[in-house]
Amino acid sequence: MNFMGIEQFPDYKVPGTQHQDFSPYESNGGSIVAIAGDDYVVIAADTRLSSGYTIHTRKQNKLFQLSGKTVLGSTGCWCDTLALTALVKARMQMYEHTHLKTMSTDAIAQMLSIIMYNKRFFPYYVSNVLAGLDNEGKGVVYSYDPIGHCERATYRAGGSAGALLQPVLDNQIGFKNMQLDGEIPKVSKDRAVAIATDTFISAAERDIYTGDAVCINIITKDGIEVKEVQLRKD
Amino acid sequence: MALAEICNISDAPYMKMRNFTTSDLEQESQRYVSNLMNPYVLQAPPFENPVENLNKIQASSDKTGIKIEFDHGTTTLGFKYKGGVILAVDSRATGGQFIGSQTMKKIVEINQFLLGTLAGGAADCVYWDRVLAKECRLHELRNKERISVAAASKIMANIAHEYKGMGLSMGMMLAGYDKRGPGLYYVDSEGSRTPGNVFSVGSGSIYAFGVLDSGYHWDLEDEAAQELGRRAIYHATYRDAYSGGIVRVYHMTPNGWINISNTDCMELHYKYEEEKKNKKH
Repeated sequence: MNFMGIEQFPDYKVPGTQHQDFSPYESNGGSIVAIAGDDYVVIAADTRLSSGYTIHTRKQNKLFQLSGKTVLGSTGCWCDTLALTALVKARMQMYEHTHLKTMSTDAIAQMLSIIMYNKRFFPYYVSNVLAGLDNEGKGVVYSYDPIGHCERATYRAGGSAGALLQPVLDNQIGFKNMQLDGEIPKVSKDRAVAIATDTFISAAERDIYTGDAVCINIITKDGIEVKEVQLRKD
Repeated sequence: MALAEICNISDAPYMKMRNFTTSDLEQESQRYVSNLMNPYVLQAPPFENPVENLNKIQASSDKTGIKIEFDHGTTTLGFKYKGGVILAVDSRATGGQFIGSQTMKKIVEINQFLLGTLAGGAADCVYWDRVLAKECRLHELRNKERISVAAASKIMANIAHEYKGMGLSMGMMLAGYDKRGPGLYYVDSEGSRTPGNVFSVGSGSIYAFGVLDSGYHWDLEDEAAQELGRRAIYHATYRDAYSGGIVRVYHMTPNGWINISNTDCMELHYKYEEEKKNKKH
C-alpha cells in the first residue's frame, strides 16, 4: 500500500527492509443470537474476547443496553465496537435532550445504519444485531452488514459463529422447508431462551472464538432481565 | 519549560495547552456523524484510492482471518409494455459464500409513483435510494408537482458520478409513471443512465434475459406480463447460485405501483414442473 509514499523514492529505500501492509483491523471473535416474539425479545452473546489463538478475557459483555427496551449486540473488531457504541449512546443522549423522549427501537435501527454508512470507505469491522420492542410492544430484531445494510427479522445469528448458528435457528424457529399444516408455530419466551442457550453450547463445541459463558438479555415491557449460563472454557 | 524558552518555542502552537471547548468537542463528534445532517458528506478514508486499497485490506484475509463481506448478488428485471412497467426481483442476499438473507426487499418503494430496484452492494443501494426519496419529496414540495422519472434518475446518476472511482457498487432500475407515461431507467455506479424498454441487472440477469426476450412484446396483457417477469426471475434463481428466495413482482400503473405477488421459489418450481408434465401428455 502506498501509505507513506516511500515507494515514490526508490533511491532512499534501505536494502533488506520489509514493508508491512497497513492492517487496521483485528478480529476479536464472539457470537450473537437474537430471537423476537410477540411480546418479548431475547438477545444472547458469548463473553469470550480473543485475538488469534490468545484469549484476552473470558468476561467481556458484548450486549449494550441502549434504552429500556433496546439492546445492541456487537462483535468483530472490538475497538470498532467500542467506538461505534459510544457514538450511538452519545447521539441517543442528544436526541433525548432535544426531543425530550427516548429513541424508539426503529429510530435507533435507522440511525445505526446511517452512522455505519458514514464510514463506507473505511468501514467499522463489526457484526451488529439490534434487538428491542417496537412501538406496539412487539419484539423485533435488526441485523447489519459492516457498512450499514439493515434488515428487520424475527430471529438472527451474527458474529464469528453466525454461519454455524443461523441454520439451527432456521430449523428450530423458522421451521424452514418443513411440511407444516397451517401456520408456523409460535415460540414461547422460555423456549426462545432455551434455544438461544443451546445454540451457544453447540457453537462453543466447534468455534474457537465462542465459549466461556453466554450472557442473555430478555426484554419485555417490564424491563430487561439478565441471565448468564456457563459454557466450555477450553 | 526553561529549555522551551531558550529555544524560543514556548509560543509555538504545539507547546500550548489545548483547552477543549464544547464547540470543539461538538465539531469533533460531528465528524463521525456528518451524514446525519447532510447525507452527501461521508467520512474520507485514511488512505488514497479506496477501490484498490480497501480491497487490499480484505485480500490479506487469509493471513489475518479478517473478511469484510458486504451483502451482494441479485437478479432483477424490469420492462415497459402497454399496461405500464413490470418489475420483478429475487430476494437473496449473499455475503461471500454465505446466504445472509433469503427475504431481502430488493424493490425500494421511493413513493407511490416511483420504484427502485437494487443490485450490487445492498447498503449502497438502500442508502442512496433513501437520499433519492428525500430529494423527490423536496422536489414535490418546491414545485407542487411530482418529479419525473427522468429527473429522479438524473439525481441518482449525479450521485453515482460524484462518487465514481470510490468503489460504490450499484446497478439499479428506476421505474415510475409520470406525465410522459411509463418510465424505466437504468442507472449504475459507473455513472451511466439509459432509458429503455427491457432491462435485467445482476448476476442472474443473463438467465432472466433468456426467458424475458423470448416472451416479451409490447402488447402483452397485464396478467401475462406479470407472469413473464415472475417466470424469468424463477429461471434465474434456478441457474444462478447468487439468486433465490422469494420472487417479488411489482406493477407500475397510471395510478401508482401495486405489489402483485411474493412467491417462494420452491412453490414456483413445483408449479412449473407440473405445467411441463401436463404439456407432455
